[in-house]
Amino acid sequence: MPEKEKIMRPVKRIKGGCFLPHLKDTAELETVEMTGVETVFIPFSQHIGAPAKPVVKKGDEVKVGTLIGEAVGAVSAPIHASVSGTVSKVTDTGIEIKSDGKMAPDEALAPIEVKEPADLAKAARQCGLVGLGGAGFPTGIKLDVKKKSIKTLIVNGAECEPYITSDYRECMDNYEDVIEGIYLIKKVLGIKRVVICIESNKKKAIKKLFEIAADKRDTKNRVRVMKLPQKYPQGAEKVIIYSATGRKLPLGKLPSDIGCMVMNITSIGTLYRFIKTGMPLVSKRVTVDGTAVPEPKNVIVPIGTPIKALLEFVGVDTEQIGKVPMGGPMMGIALDDINKSVEKRNNGITVMKSQIKSETVTPCIRCGRCASACPMQLYPAMVETAVKLNNTEKIKELNVNYCMECGCCSYVCPARRPLTQTMRVAKSALKGEKK
Amino acid sequence: MEKLTVSSSPHLRHSDTTAGIMLDVIIALCPAAIYGCILFGLKAAAILLVCVVTAVLAEFLWNKALKKPNSIGDFSAVVTGLLLGMNLPSTVPLWVAAIGSVVAIIVVKQMFGGIGHNFANPAIAARIVLLVSFPGKMTSFLEPVSDTVTSATPLAAEAGTYSAKMLFFGMHSGSIGETSAFLLLVGGAYLIIRRVISPIIPLCFIGTVGILTLVSGGDILSAIFGGGIMLGAVFMATDYSTSPITAKGKLIFGIGCGLITFIIRKFGAMPEGVSYAILLMNILVPYINRFTLNRPFGKRKVGRHHA
Repeated sequence: MPEKEKIMRPVKRIKGGCFLPHLKDTAELETVEMTGVETVFIPFSQHIGAPAKPVVKKGDEVKVGTLIGEAVGAVSAPIHASVSGTVSKVTDTGIEIKSDGKMAPDEALAPIEVKEPADLAKAARQCGLVGLGGAGFPTGIKLDVKKKSIKTLIVNGAECEPYITSDYRECMDNYEDVIEGIYLIKKVLGIKRVVICIESNKKKAIKKLFEIAADKRDTKNRVRVMKLPQKYPQGAEKVIIYSATGRKLPLGKLPSDIGCMVMNITSIGTLYRFIKTGMPLVSKRVTVDGTAVPEPKNVIVPIGTPIKALLEFVGVDTEQIGKVPMGGPMMGIALDDINKSVEKRNNGITVMKSQIKSETVTPCIRCGRCASACPMQLYPAMVETAVKLNNTEKIKELNVNYCMECGCCSYVCPARRPLTQTMRVAKSALKGEKK
Repeated sequence: MEKLTVSSSPHLRHSDTTAGIMLDVIIALCPAAIYGCILFGLKAAAILLVCVVTAVLAEFLWNKALKKPNSIGDFSAVVTGLLLGMNLPSTVPLWVAAIGSVVAIIVVKQMFGGIGHNFANPAIAARIVLLVSFPGKMTSFLEPVSDTVTSATPLAAEAGTYSAKMLFFGMHSGSIGETSAFLLLVGGAYLIIRRVISPIIPLCFIGTVGILTLVSGGDILSAIFGGGIMLGAVFMATDYSTSPITAKGKLIFGIGCGLITFIIRKFGAMPEGVSYAILLMNILVPYINRFTLNRPFGKRKVGRHHA
């Protein structure tokens, strides 16, 4: 099939958003596998929902892929050993494993047969898979749908945060898993069409994805690649659904309510690898980049590896770092302690130099840039005034609950006002009101 | 190891600052201001200088007296002073210019809470204060070529006095900075390219006046290029805190400014009405904002199900 018919333009484009520097230094570098991890600490809660419950005790021998914590309740995900060795500690928050250095996989792991939609959801749950784009929503719940209830599968490869290239490398390194994963999900769930979304500057990945879309299984041209504009935040769920289908997801609704399913490209690859080999989610590709990283890299890290060990592996001088947002520089949460573990949903670590000059906040000049940058078309400057006056009525009127905290308003503010933080304060003020 | 900095996201900021925006406005005003000095001589330059210096000094002293952080570094007082100066005729005494700057900064800007809180454009409000306080001094314009005092501006002169070229490039009498439509448009284009202003307000403002003048059988060239419209529409009606935040609001605001300007010129006792038009529309801005706010992404219209 000709390329023209396979590659499509966005159905609709959002009004707000902003053009960020891409800083994708690691895009064309081979992914490195991390070795020599001595101990890992695997937290029970790496996802949205109930924390996993331990099924091992101190002194137990585990292999790579052994179940160490089971899912509790409907919204939860299990955890697995990411190294082989001995359980050295079980605390309230997670399990510590001392590695024997062998990285021996669990022999009990076997490929899984998937035929019905229920099998797929079960596989995702057994795999311990959560939304790897960063949200951490258990994938088993997302896939627990009736056959043919989903019309459009949107594969999210936008990766709109600066620095991060882990999804891009998944596309380049493991594209076969992604292909097979997409066709499997499409077949099992009876999905009509698939839109693989990626920002237009990632030309090589688009070429690879075109191969997926041009696969001979797709006779009716139902799998297509969509080139998204290079405007942050293209990868946000509501934004990507709008680009791919032209539909606006109402507040509080799930994509499945309007017949859509959005899956991160690495989530799909990981799910397929689990079905193929039986090896659950025990390691993750993480982009380590930022001003304090001499040689930025994509590293495959066993889950639970201390961030400090990862940074040292990449060659970062941990004495000279100032700020470490977990994730990209736009939405990443700044760590207070680098002894924390790498989690399932981490796709990048931004390491910034010390002595970052804190910029002076000046008065709002009402330029309106925050409003025009807001992809949800909110008015952060007005919310700020309402928060200052403690006017919950006005806060409600300004629809702050639509805010997804993408950071655009703070990014563009010439007065350097912390608007995104103010939006968070406003949202929690509304929550307090309800109680 | 040092303690890590913990702050809320985003951890990346765009390079634009308030001072940078104000500098852009100053850069955009410079061609027309310099041309005004060439056209009207040293006196014009002195007026601009007095206006700028007084404005900055007034802001500095106000902050000092009220023990507020010093805000002259954001250059907004420079913009106000420069705009006011460009709105004055070159014959005005320097002390009148100084009073204007003090009124603009202290009364109109700082008394309402400083930058971002004023409801009216300081330069416009100050110009109107001067206009009603010193009507004679504020309306005697210098004829640029022959140095005759009290020449009528193109708006007050008989049609055909000036050629289209003279009007467009500014070879006619008027306030110091308003004469050259061409240089003001160059400045406006610079601001639009730098994304400092949106073109909606100037286009609607100028367009409305142009169309209404044409329909009513007036002289469109002197209406658009002869008076204060270019300076007003590009640099004063686009003032952030005194213009609407939404595109729809900007449209209403621009058309409103144009309409009032036309009405004052056509039916009022004064030949010029740009300042009053902008001031009147400034007052309406909170209402325009309120009724033109966008619905958030994905929110349905309320009450639609009743229809």
